[in-house]
Amino acid sequence: MNQLKNFTKGFIKENPILVLLLGTCPTLAVTTSAINGIGMGLATTFVLVGSNVVVSAVKSSVPDKVRIPAFVVIIASFVTIVQLLMQAYTPSLYDALGIFIPLIVVNCIVLGRAEAFASKQSVLSSLIDGLGMGLGFTMALFLLGSVREALGNGSLLGYKFIEGDGILVFILSPGAFIALGYFIALMNRIKKTT
Amino acid sequence: MEYFVIIISAIFVSNIVLSQFLGICPFLGVSNKVSTAIGMSAAVVFVIALATIVTWLVYKYILIPFDITFLQTISFILVIAALVQMVEIILKKISPPLYQALGIYLPLITTNCAVLGVALLVHTKEYNLLQSVVFGTSIAVGFGFAIVLFAGIREHMELMGTPKGMKGVPIALVTAGILSLAFMGFSGLVK
Repeated sequence: MNQLKNFTKGFIKENPILVLLLGTCPTLAVTTSAINGIGMGLATTFVLVGSNVVVSAVKSSVPDKVRIPAFVVIIASFVTIVQLLMQAYTPSLYDALGIFIPLIVVNCIVLGRAEAFASKQSVLSSLIDGLGMGLGFTMALFLLGSVREALGNGSLLGYKFIEGDGILVFILSPGAFIALGYFIALMNRIKKTT
Repeated sequence: MEYFVIIISAIFVSNIVLSQFLGICPFLGVSNKVSTAIGMSAAVVFVIALATIVTWLVYKYILIPFDITFLQTISFILVIAALVQMVEIILKKISPPLYQALGIYLPLITTNCAVLGVALLVHTKEYNLLQSVVFGTSIAVGFGFAIVLFAGIREHMELMGTPKGMKGVPIALVTAGILSLAFMGFSGLVK
């Protein structure tokens, strides 16, 4: 039961983007379409789960003073793995996400979970926490990406449902800010009623 | 002329915050007051300029000769973290007033994706050392420009009657969106 709560908290109650406001840079940049959102979300989830597990496993042997650099190296290793894997197997997604894949290293969510959760909890809880947080992040990216794609391009996951162009501004950078702003306002509303 | 193009495009046309989405965390986090925004941007200019030089040299003289460019991400983040720490220690020693002004912002910069972003962007654009430094510094100036403008707007917005649900972050993001729309007016300025 406790582990279930641990898993589901990433979706609504402590959603990294919509509630904690961590990792806003990739959120705004890659959500031009739903599929990019999912790709970025899953890449981050992989890094989160990997780094959470390793950080939790080595937590007792890392001296307190150098823990942040140590965590960063662990995270960077996983990011490099993801980067090479994506380059090999999903080259088009790799090109679409571009510089934001290496930038997962400085995504505050990953370091934040390592520091706030994995460095104190058991390996299993950390794994579940990483998975929950990562999927919550993916969900938020997917929703934001779908809305922007639907409004901006009139399509969803690549399938066009209206003729012609959409409201182009939602695909461009201003739309990212505006859409995320309204998403957070909506989330505040949802949290208040529950 | 070539440098002029780099400077204008880095500051206005592809502004790092408003059109490239790097460094959003400090952009939203420390933009409540104009004075803190200025402090933060000064620190960012300083660190980005230094980090660009060092990472460029590391890439050219360590990663390429040993054929380990896939370690780019790890080595860059370590270099940046070490550099920030070093700048902090040196500043404390030689210029206490400057340290007082920038001190609290420095640790935050390690996780500012703009720094790592610029270090990586420089290599995708294949700039030489001088171009990289000019590019890095102008990017940082662009960051400062955007954050100070934004802080000015937010200071005024404190006094406005914002609808309840939009208070705080949501309205800040929508404002950033409109600011970004304004910056889109610069596109096409430089080919």
